[in-house]
Amino acid sequence: MSGSRLPHLGAVTAAALGTAFAMVFFYAPVDADQGFVQKIFYLHVPLGIVALGGFVAGGVMAAQFMRTRDRRWDLRSYVAIHLSLILSVGVLATGSVWAKASWGHWWVWSEPTLVSFLVVFLLYSCYQPLRFAIEDPDRQARAAAAFAVMAGAFVPLNFAAVRLADAVTHPRVLGATGGQMPVAMRLTFVVAMLAMALLYVLLWRLELMRKTTAIEIAALRRALEQRATTPVPSIAASPLRPSPH
Amino acid sequence: MPTIPFDEPGAYVAAAYVIFVVLLVVYVAVMARHVARTREDLRRLADAIREER
Repeated sequence: MSGSRLPHLGAVTAAALGTAFAMVFFYAPVDADQGFVQKIFYLHVPLGIVALGGFVAGGVMAAQFMRTRDRRWDLRSYVAIHLSLILSVGVLATGSVWAKASWGHWWVWSEPTLVSFLVVFLLYSCYQPLRFAIEDPDRQARAAAAFAVMAGAFVPLNFAAVRLADAVTHPRVLGATGGQMPVAMRLTFVVAMLAMALLYVLLWRLELMRKTTAIEIAALRRALEQRATTPVPSIAASPLRPSPH
Repeated sequence: MPTIPFDEPGAYVAAAYVIFVVLLVVYVAVMARHVARTREDLRRLADAIREER
């Protein structure tokens, strides 16, 4: 997508988010079990799914970098992981608020879903320190890609392991046994999910464009400085100059 | 159409959505600062090119 399409994507994302939030509060019915607190679900779950999806996407992009050695894939992977890390802060914060409202505790250490997400978050918190601890850009990109691929593969494995765990204080709203949502709730969730995915793509594109521009400016400045320090050969001394004879 | 309650559950729900909005606003503010820095770099580069000419 070119930069000229970004305003359209921004408008669609804003409309989708507005629609999703309006549906959450004025269309989706109040949950019979949890009451009004369940409205957090429409924010917390899409945030979590998009954040984890972003980590996996970062791993796939890193694999593309390892395959092609094209630095653009490394940058894409970096931005995807960076953004997912920020969304993960939102997942943990909104999850804590929901936990306090539903269970009376901000955090439950015996709950695998919460702890596993925290493990994923802490794992990816190491990505940037690891990356920027290496000065050589090629080595930095290779190490970051290796990390992103391994951590990206860990995310679905971790998710599957948690689903198989016994402790299920955390609701299983999208599972085989817990997916009996009314149509209005399901539709609201789908719209919220779509809005969050659009927001992720929009922010990813924006950040990628800014970083690409900054890299291009730095390269141009280096080229300009190099040209200023390199003496320009005189045309008179040029071997390509046609001989007067 | 259900009404939005302003009791304890309503406060928790509001807190969760406010956290999301604040996170988004902080992110956009940081991004705006970076964009301003990039624009400044671009202006300096343009000045350097003009001086060289």
